[in-house]
Amino acid sequence: MDVTHPLDPYLRTDRLPHLWCPGCGIGIAISSLLRAINKHIMEGHLKQDDIAAVSGIGCTARATLYLNFDSAHVIHGRAIPFATGLKLVKPNLKVIVIGGDGDLAAIGGNHLLHAARRNMDLTVIMVNNMIYGMTGGQVAPTTPTGVYTTTTPLGNYEYSINVVKFISTLNANYVARASVTHPHILEKYIYTALSKEGFSLVEVISPCPELFGRHIGYKDPVELFNKLKSLIRFEEKPQIEKSDIIWGNEIIIGEFINDNKKSFLRIIGRGV
Amino acid sequence: MTAGLKFYAGYPITPSSEIFEYLAMKLPERGGTVIQFEDEIASINAVIGASWGGVKAMTATSGPGFSLMVEGLSLAIMTETPLVIAYVMRAGPSTGIATKSGQYDVMQVRWAAHGNYELVVYAPWSVQELYDLTINSFNVSETLRVPVILLSDATLAHIWERVVLKDPNEALVINRKKPKVSKELYKPFEPEEDLVPPMASFGEGYRVMVESLTHDERGYYKATTEIQRKLVWRLINKVRKNMHMLVDSASYFVEDADYVIVSYGSTARSAYGLVKELRSRGVKVGLYRPKLLWPVDEESLIKSTRNAKKVFVVENNAGVYVNEVSRVLRHKEVFSIPVIDVEIPPPESIYEVMKEWM
Repeated sequence: MDVTHPLDPYLRTDRLPHLWCPGCGIGIAISSLLRAINKHIMEGHLKQDDIAAVSGIGCTARATLYLNFDSAHVIHGRAIPFATGLKLVKPNLKVIVIGGDGDLAAIGGNHLLHAARRNMDLTVIMVNNMIYGMTGGQVAPTTPTGVYTTTTPLGNYEYSINVVKFISTLNANYVARASVTHPHILEKYIYTALSKEGFSLVEVISPCPELFGRHIGYKDPVELFNKLKSLIRFEEKPQIEKSDIIWGNEIIIGEFINDNKKSFLRIIGRGV
Repeated sequence: MTAGLKFYAGYPITPSSEIFEYLAMKLPERGGTVIQFEDEIASINAVIGASWGGVKAMTATSGPGFSLMVEGLSLAIMTETPLVIAYVMRAGPSTGIATKSGQYDVMQVRWAAHGNYELVVYAPWSVQELYDLTINSFNVSETLRVPVILLSDATLAHIWERVVLKDPNEALVINRKKPKVSKELYKPFEPEEDLVPPMASFGEGYRVMVESLTHDERGYYKATTEIQRKLVWRLINKVRKNMHMLVDSASYFVEDADYVIVSYGSTARSAYGLVKELRSRGVKVGLYRPKLLWPVDEESLIKSTRNAKKVFVVENNAGVYVNEVSRVLRHKEVFSIPVIDVEIPPPESIYEVMKEWM
């Protein structure tokens, strides 16, 4: 294989180009993930053949199609249970779940909850673009109140879910929020998440100009990116109480939970 | 466990929970894993994940739980994942009578999952057959890379009978085919002559691509008629063309029978009692009992009813499998004898309906 980019060994390059729209943040999220993986591999913590990538359905979930690991692209919302079954019988694998907010927090919300409750040994990368992308821009449980979508033509009148706050009430060892507008922080959090036993979650705030930005006056990818960047505020010691996402207000990124509770596999006496 | 089970995931539901509880005690002793999930959806998907981890995996459930599993069942079909579902039928629709019996879900198991496919379903009638057909179900699922459903009911789940258990060394245990080519050349969905692709597990270096979307032999998504046709027909034909290894049925007194009863599962026990009673009174009646419910074993059904003037299909439901029997025996007089009973239907209540037509 011709290597044209240092991260190419981690990609099924024969499947490129990818399907993500221009201006989409998922590419930055995935390249940050691959840099974090690469760092672990270079440092001797991980081997490429010991990594499994599992995803459900959605724009972000398409990532597993391009990743050169043992991969599974399963059904909408069910990546976490598939990953859990796999991890339980192959404890030596580093099992990474990649998905969007709709996939993981709406239809898969119950599985997300219980995996965090068990402190299951999984790393979950949840790209939150606050919208259903693949199906054409419908409201998501993460869509901020008031935002226009194709299924809320008069504006979203529901309260939205704050996944960081929600998962922080459970037994996860690591809960962080990053943004594709700040990729160095994003990479660092994914690196930390991958080094954890037990359940780790990195929420990645990401722009979707095509379907999120379009209805709220930010159709131009650069404008949406810059708007998002201006809203992001990094905090060394962020407070969970201040982590709600209200469109137009500051969005706090940081490490909300960094713990070392006994993981599920430790509890049942399996090597990790 | 004799067949080599190593992973069980489930959600409690009557009347299947005894399987779960027994395995929770016994399977960890044998190096296996048992886990209770938040619902049946998670359970079946975890079983699929575990199977791709390289172990034999199963779940057990009943009506409402199976309804939640069918989305995952469709994934298992598409990704050619070996697994076994023990489906213990109870009275429905909806919650119905959770502790009581029935055979209402015979069509549900066959058709509930979306898409077109063939599915392998066995219907045991005794505790011994539950044991034997469980081993067989694992063998079939591993050989053909298909989900196999073992369809019993509350009657069988609660019955106590003598059973002869096999030593793991004397039981026929089949394991999935492993790749025979190098890691570079391996394609996870490239079939051999039997239409079944060898299966690499996660963590073996093959970089498998498990794909729920319509895919080519590499597991790459392709949205074309050509690939869709090729995949759907192979998923169907790998079962149809291997029917010889699936077929399993029993016939009793059918050679000279004027009347043949077709019955399966626990209800066939009553039908068998009725046949023996009628035979003692000189009535030429026989019984054909399919153990393989799906796909329909047309050959043995035709053979067993060859000399019959009339065929009666006795089921503990509103009459569903009779449509399959009528389809296969389209030139014969086929009568539906639906006997809804929350226990096993007694022979008298079967005869009461049957005698009208004899």
